[in-house]
Amino acid sequence: MTTAEQRLGNAANFVDERIGAAGWVKKSLNKVFPDHWSFMLGEVCMYSFVILLLSGTFLALWFDPSQRDVIYDGVYEPLKGIKMSAAYASTLDISFEIRGGLLMRQIHHWAANIFMAAIVAHLLRVFFTGAFRKPREFNWILGILLLTLGFVEGLFGYSLPDDLLSGTGLRITSAIIQAIPLVGTYVSFFLFGGEFPGVGFLPRIFTLHILLIPGAFLAVITIHVMLVWYQKHTQFPGPGRTEKNVVGHPILPVYMAKAGGFFFIVFGIIAFLSAVASINPIWLYGPYTPGQISAGSQPDWYMGWLDGLVRMSPPLETHAFGHTISWNIMIPALIVPGIVFTGMAFYPFIESWITGDKREHHLLDRPRNVPNRTALGVMSITFVMVALINGGNDIFATNFHLSINEIMWFSRISIFVLPPLAFVITKRLCLSLQRADRDLVLHGLETGRLVRMPSGEFVEVHAPISDQKRFILTSHEQAPALEFSATDARGVKRPGAIKNKVRSRLSKAHAVGLPKVSAEDLKEIEHH
Amino acid sequence: MSDVSKEIEQLQDPGAAPHVLRHADTDPKAEKRAERQVAILFTLSGLSSLLLIYSYVFVATDVFIFIPVMGDQNAHQLGLGLGMAFSLLFLGMGAIHWAKTLMPETEVVNYRHEFRSSDEDRDELVKTVKHAAAEVKLGRRSLIKRSLGFSLGLFALPPVLLLRDLGPLPKKLLESTSWKAGTRLVTDPGNRPILASDLEVGAVVQTLPALAEGTERLLSDVAKDPVLLIRLRPEDFQLTPEKLAMTHDGIIAFSKICSHMGCAVALYEQQTKHLLCPCHQSTFDVTRGAKVIFGPAARPLPQLDITVDDQGYLIARAPFSEPVGPSFWERNSQ
Repeated sequence: MTTAEQRLGNAANFVDERIGAAGWVKKSLNKVFPDHWSFMLGEVCMYSFVILLLSGTFLALWFDPSQRDVIYDGVYEPLKGIKMSAAYASTLDISFEIRGGLLMRQIHHWAANIFMAAIVAHLLRVFFTGAFRKPREFNWILGILLLTLGFVEGLFGYSLPDDLLSGTGLRITSAIIQAIPLVGTYVSFFLFGGEFPGVGFLPRIFTLHILLIPGAFLAVITIHVMLVWYQKHTQFPGPGRTEKNVVGHPILPVYMAKAGGFFFIVFGIIAFLSAVASINPIWLYGPYTPGQISAGSQPDWYMGWLDGLVRMSPPLETHAFGHTISWNIMIPALIVPGIVFTGMAFYPFIESWITGDKREHHLLDRPRNVPNRTALGVMSITFVMVALINGGNDIFATNFHLSINEIMWFSRISIFVLPPLAFVITKRLCLSLQRADRDLVLHGLETGRLVRMPSGEFVEVHAPISDQKRFILTSHEQAPALEFSATDARGVKRPGAIKNKVRSRLSKAHAVGLPKVSAEDLKEIEHH
Repeated sequence: MSDVSKEIEQLQDPGAAPHVLRHADTDPKAEKRAERQVAILFTLSGLSSLLLIYSYVFVATDVFIFIPVMGDQNAHQLGLGLGMAFSLLFLGMGAIHWAKTLMPETEVVNYRHEFRSSDEDRDELVKTVKHAAAEVKLGRRSLIKRSLGFSLGLFALPPVLLLRDLGPLPKKLLESTSWKAGTRLVTDPGNRPILASDLEVGAVVQTLPALAEGTERLLSDVAKDPVLLIRLRPEDFQLTPEKLAMTHDGIIAFSKICSHMGCAVALYEQQTKHLLCPCHQSTFDVTRGAKVIFGPAARPLPQLDITVDDQGYLIARAPFSEPVGPSFWERNSQ
């Protein structure tokens, strides 16, 4: 035994004799992680969160969230002598007078955008592969919770510098709060500490932004990751992989080295972006004053679709009995997102109700093999993309010399037309891909090599595919649709007939698919 | 295409494809080369950290250097940023290259366990809970049950109530602005009173109410008070007689705060005489009393009744007759 080993052994012994860690550490280190590029998306979320904590702590050392007026007297000449809030002045100081401050600000903002993008990408991966199915429904809901927290945390974060752009965002936030019937005005006065812009909002959201929400994030992320750990990661189907096992690399050393290395790569890419690409140059916007605005005001990208929905909303207000209800704000800013997020959270249960499938699933679906779900996903993406495009309608109009009114009308119509169209097209595409899989299994790979037969006819030579590939293409489940008879065995009409009818309709739509190749099919073809 | 319902015979699992060895597993030369590559990456990372330290300590914050494509760049910022970026990137690349070329890469199989607890455990849990519930005898202690219900029903209220002092009550604050009969319109910025005769046709001026001596303008007032003055030819207007009476000699005044979500309606199109809100593109037709002609806003911009005082300066003849800015529940919009 070398001296180093001896020392390590002593240290390990010291710890183990006190907390008995050897047992579970051994078990944990033997843990196996399946490998697939898409599994790194969740890692990107976690790493960018760590980067946000680190860079955010740095910024909090100098940032002053106060809304009290100060006269700027820093090094940035164009704003010298101008009245502004202490929050804005300290952001200028971080950008211009603290060495590395600007880099940290840029890292923090880029990391926030990448954090949200990674969450969305991770969510889509989990959705399209069916990783949310039993037993992982809790973790799906926690993920939706993290996404929602991300929206709030991001909004608060980019509102803190109190520049002209972020103040405009807060003006809109206050209008959304005011639009809530009955309590909106009161809630807005309480949150802002008076009439907009108030005196208390920035210090308050600062506390939420650096303490309460990150705390909630940490707690939920911990549970999220621990559940992945405990339930073990899902894996893509393939030879040697079943619902009962998990095939991959052990945590030590390969997974650890790759994951650790990947953290630094994510951090490095964010730092590189921050070094070369300017983000949120608040000194160009000037301090916030409600009487001014700059053209082309845009929120961060993840808020864009909500802004786009608000923009495309028709001018609907109800005036009755001395009260006003702003549907033009409530529907796009509160009701639609409410439905979207609730629907997402409940989706695992909705799908299992439709399919009647209550079993555990550890093998992932290939998206084409579940056409209905995949189509629903693409439909939702299309909805959000149309809204997002409309959120940037002014930018599109000026850059491409289009009429803003036409873009708006395009979005108003498309938001209803394109998502269902996307559903239909995606479903068709999935079925075509299934057909292609079937052809591949039955007839092999097209080689592009033509052979002339003695009879003069030309045929293309097909190369057989490997057994492994053939297995991957045929190992998925094809569950039949649920069937309900309207009457029971004695011919009496069952209760809940309409519910059953809806369920069997949905179930039928969900079960649509091309019959996969069976062993018999292959045997048969061999005889030819 | 059809519903697939019949049981079919699955293909046999052929087992994982045979493991393919990497270069570095078989060739000692390749192994050495991979080792060197990893070492180079780690060294580059260290050198990049030195670049960061050098830039922090020795490069002044106002030195600019020319970089092709990027143009003039602040050398201090770029040194810090690139130093940090490359120190992290090379470190990560080194670790991953090491893992991929030199660490063992054979796949391992683990087995999953069922999450459902055993039936005995479940039964025992139910028994324990039932037993505990029986021991508490809540069913028989109705006095405790009711008072507990009372307590639980109310205990959450005090903490919510304690939040009450976060801000003042709205009262009628949203319904009033600083404009009063006789308030002078002054330029923003500049705070200069405006002679009606100074405005030419086509002129647009942002104004605020004149401040009383020794008072400060609050931001919450700036959120409601801004008014846009626009001078058109009187024959351009298509207004009701009441609205026309609120203009002065072709000068019309609107609240600049959007009736949709309160942004500043700052874009004026000279040709069409339309006002456009940059936030959500609500478009208001100035000639028709800021009627909404496009976008999500549901109400026209409130119009301020203006006239001139005896010195010819523009003044408000009356305060706004309706609340300015976005809608709220208590707003009487009829």
